Amino acid sequence: MNVIPPPTIIPPTPDAPIVSLRAVFKSFGANNVLQGISLDVAKGETICIIGPSGSGKSTLIRCINALVPIDSGSIQVQGIEVNDPHLDKLSLRRRVGIVFQQYNLFPHKTALENIMMAPITVLKQEKAEVEARARALMKKVRLAGKEDFYPGELSGGQQQRVAIARSLAMRPDVMLFDEVTAALDPETKKEVLVTIQDLAKDGMTCIVVTHEMGFAREVSNHVYLTEHGLIVEHAPPAEFFSNPKDARTREFLSQVL
Amino acid sequence: MQPVYDWFREFYERTGINLTFIYDGFDRARMIKGFWLTIELSIITIVLSVLVGVLGAWLQRTRLKPLRAAVDGFVSLFRNTPPLVQIYFFYFGLGFMLPRVLDPSTGSMVPLITNVQWAILSLSLFAGAFNIEIFRSGIEAVPNSMIEAADSLGYTRTQIYWKIVLPLAIRNSLPALGNNLVNLVKTTNLAYAIAVPELMYVSKQIWSDATNVREMMIFLLIAYIVLVQLLVVFLNWLERALKIPGYGQTEGA
Repeated sequence: MNVIPPPTIIPPTPDAPIVSLRAVFKSFGANNVLQGISLDVAKGETICIIGPSGSGKSTLIRCINALVPIDSGSIQVQGIEVNDPHLDKLSLRRRVGIVFQQYNLFPHKTALENIMMAPITVLKQEKAEVEARARALMKKVRLAGKEDFYPGELSGGQQQRVAIARSLAMRPDVMLFDEVTAALDPETKKEVLVTIQDLAKDGMTCIVVTHEMGFAREVSNHVYLTEHGLIVEHAPPAEFFSNPKDARTREFLSQVL
Repeated sequence: MQPVYDWFREFYERTGINLTFIYDGFDRARMIKGFWLTIELSIITIVLSVLVGVLGAWLQRTRLKPLRAAVDGFVSLFRNTPPLVQIYFFYFGLGFMLPRVLDPSTGSMVPLITNVQWAILSLSLFAGAFNIEIFRSGIEAVPNSMIEAADSLGYTRTQIYWKIVLPLAIRNSLPALGNNLVNLVKTTNLAYAIAVPELMYVSKQIWSDATNVREMMIFLLIAYIVLVQLLVVFLNWLERALKIPGYGQTEGA
């Protein structure tokens, strides 16, 4: 009989990074999307990942909560090895929230129900307590009064903020944002970016894939530029935007700024 | 009610239009029974066939290959053969292989499964096979990104199916499901072939006795129109009741 080894858990030390990637490789068929990505995110930090379309940004953050399995390398989230065949997905996913470009709210549930569902269904928490928390979260994302609206009755920006609240209801330690404002018009974009900024200020660890250079410059602690599945350059935003060292960074910035 | 019965008897004498199932007590009793049996057959087979559909569509998504193959085989078998052949197969083929049991009330040996039960089983599986395919198309219309979102929130595969996919899939499937259920109600009259005394069967008995074939044919047509219309009204109500505000007309932003 095969004895299944227990999942790898390395006890975190106080100053250890909350998310840590080492030499992560991923390909879809002949398409090498990630070609050796390494990065560290400290607790409470907000990092932005920017780069041209198709450079592997979205794949990169989807790997962090195991939505996309990687080919080789190591991803650790609070000591949990994600690239482990015996990974306890639930214990990873309650620590890592993700928000998508297309909101992906459950259309048959109201905004409040969308937020309450996972804690009740997945974490088996008590309904009354979850509801109180969900109402507080609606307030936090500045949507008090919209609790009983269905996603189809909300604007894109409002839906996206409900999606953020839905993730937060699981009380994650890390939030992933996958081009969450790409489908929004400039006005509603701002509401969502402010919401993320509030979160970052509150000390939430945020990994943000974005095309919003203003946001990267003002909110993040560290900026990463990816191209062809590699990190081209990374630095604190002040340095990254004013004094880019790599020619490719300069070219990318000249196109988007 | 006696004046009504008398009127119809007199109506027959005047016009030659012979509606025995109204004025004749014996015919009336068997017609009412037959009508009820058709309604019962319809309701029971609708419920069972929907259950078969939901369960089958769920099993089609399991990781167990033999189970998926079994569902596919079941769908092929029941979709690609005529329902009358299926009813005959169950009643004459399978039914006669089963042992007979003693009926304590009459003291005689009776089949383990009655013809009514065979009709229910056979029709439920027949319509269920179509429902599996209908639900499958409804499930496939649920965007993958929705499943990914639930997955990322920690839902298990089973929770995703019952909480997210199925509620949306049922709404996606309702129009096609309605068509199939309308067909099912009409197909219940195939139970006639194994002597289930439903609407069609009792009508045949009545027209054999009273030689009022023409009247019974018209009555049958009207009776099925009314029955199916009742179902259609219910389905329309269901579609409205399950409608989600803002969903279905304009997707996304």
